[in-house]
Amino acid sequence: MIKLVYRGKEWELKAGMTARAAIKKVGLDPESVLVVRDGQLVTDDTILKDGDEVRLIAVISGGAQNCFHFEGCPGR
Amino acid sequence: MRQHRLALCGEHFTEWFISRTQRAIERYGMFGPEDRVLVAVSGGKDSLALWDVLLRLGYDVEGLYINLAIADQQYSEESKARVEQFASERSGADFQIVDVKKTYGKSVLELARERRGREVCSLCGLVKRHIMNRVACERGFAALATGHNLDDEAAVLFQNVLRWQTGYLARQAPVLPSTHPRLARKAKPFFRFYERETAAYALLQGTDYIYEECPHSKGATTILYKELLNRLETRSRGAKQQFYLSFLKTRREEGLFSGPREKLDLGECENCGQPTTAPALCAFCRLWGMS
Repeated sequence: MIKLVYRGKEWELKAGMTARAAIKKVGLDPESVLVVRDGQLVTDDTILKDGDEVRLIAVISGGAQNCFHFEGCPGR
Repeated sequence: MRQHRLALCGEHFTEWFISRTQRAIERYGMFGPEDRVLVAVSGGKDSLALWDVLLRLGYDVEGLYINLAIADQQYSEESKARVEQFASERSGADFQIVDVKKTYGKSVLELARERRGREVCSLCGLVKRHIMNRVACERGFAALATGHNLDDEAAVLFQNVLRWQTGYLARQAPVLPSTHPRLARKAKPFFRFYERETAAYALLQGTDYIYEECPHSKGATTILYKELLNRLETRSRGAKQQFYLSFLKTRREEGLFSGPREKLDLGECENCGQPTTAPALCAFCRLWGMS
């Protein structure tokens, strides 16, 4: 079995699938997370082996920072 | 990186990331090796990655951290700690802090409570834009650099298209020239990177960035748009890149959004002197009730 950890949630899945397939299996979007195994970043096509524990890291940020995009002048 | 049909090891990804940033800076004339550049840093992955890359490339950069007193100061303290740690680990990583509450008397959240009906994110953006521009102009920086990535740009483009905001569509760009003596030149050297790539770069460098999102950004529309675009990207590799980069190309080649309605008529705020489209006070000074 493999274990996926994401924002306090945990899932156990069968070993032998790619990281991308595992992410999809638990209902997450592969474009929105990165996969870390044993403290190392791994690519989506990495096959997860029995006993692997991977941490998924969310990459989406938003909110206030993006207000800077309404450019033109600093105080409209 | 499915959109590039490319998979790299950590070492080569780092090299690729740095050289691609340099190419973007040169190709879009963002700033030069002799220029002093102010980098807006929040403690998040994008801004710390940008600071790191610009230092490695040898640019004359200085960080600017704006303390917004978010979540009763706790979130801001945590993000400031990441900035301080980053700076302590690198030679020449100097930075300045502007504390909004100490400087102006109120935090952004206190302002938002007073101004019911205005979203915190909107106020926060306004305050940050004003301060970043003020510091860049007052201290004579040639450019203000921010860590906006392609996902940020695509989400804003999506929003502007949904609303057909032609003025914003005319001005959204990787580099914004200074069109007024008190308007800083702005550059986004990461505008071609997906958000996953900037996060991967930060992780590979061992940068301790703040993972948690700003507590006020929950439910923000930009996050919804990013999620929608990511779903599209998952189904159609390169969709985000195509959406944003083709917009820039088509606008340039076909002269879209270049009519008189899209031109900004900038005056100066009667209080602070910063450029504004408003007749008397800029939005920032109106916000604080200045006169």
